[in-house]
Amino acid sequence: MSGLDIAVEAISWLLILSGSFFVIVGAVGTLRFPDFWSRLHAVSITDSAGVILLFAGMSVQAGFSLITVKLIIIGVFLFITGPTATHAIANAALVSGLRPKEAKGFTGVEPEPLTPPTADPASSEQQ
Amino acid sequence: MMFAVAIIAVFIAMVLVLVRLYGGPTLYDRVIAVNSFGTHTVLLIGLIGFLTERPEFLDIALLYALINFVGTIAILKFFRYRAIGDKSPLNEGAKQ
Repeated sequence: MSGLDIAVEAISWLLILSGSFFVIVGAVGTLRFPDFWSRLHAVSITDSAGVILLFAGMSVQAGFSLITVKLIIIGVFLFITGPTATHAIANAALVSGLRPKEAKGFTGVEPEPLTPPTADPASSEQQ
Repeated sequence: MMFAVAIIAVFIAMVLVLVRLYGGPTLYDRVIAVNSFGTHTVLLIGLIGFLTERPEFLDIALLYALINFVGTIAILKFFRYRAIGDKSPLNEGAKQ
């Protein structure tokens, strides 16, 4: 094993181990956090840190090739859709009336009452 | 070998997320669990592709990432408006 191989092996070992560590941390956080809103934070840890580190470890292993390009494409896509999906879920939960557990105690202010959900915009255009 | 370690880690994370999926009190806990499970599947497909020296798996992983995102948004839209289909004249008869 030449020096370069050892370096590649060591780097990819490091990246993949830390990536899988973050994946497990995110999953444990999703399980243990008390409230939906704090679980959102835990889930996005696996989406961001876990994915990026694991894909970096794999692309180091794959070197400069088409595989690395594919990995980058998947990474960029997940990088964009991860937060978008989390935002969509958080927005849907907020609109449906889910409030953080300590919302009142934390800010000391009663959260504003929920307005009834508006009609489906697609249907209202048709009328 | 390291990919085997990572695959075991992703499996453990999947089991934990499934426990959250089962136990999640609200619907939206379950939606983030499903979304996270999909991301774990993407990672798993990529890792297995590398473990078995078959890089074509990454295309499947990319496809799965696309569909996972669309699925999450479809679930949210359904529970938000009680209907997914748009009110186009084509599916006028379909139950919304």
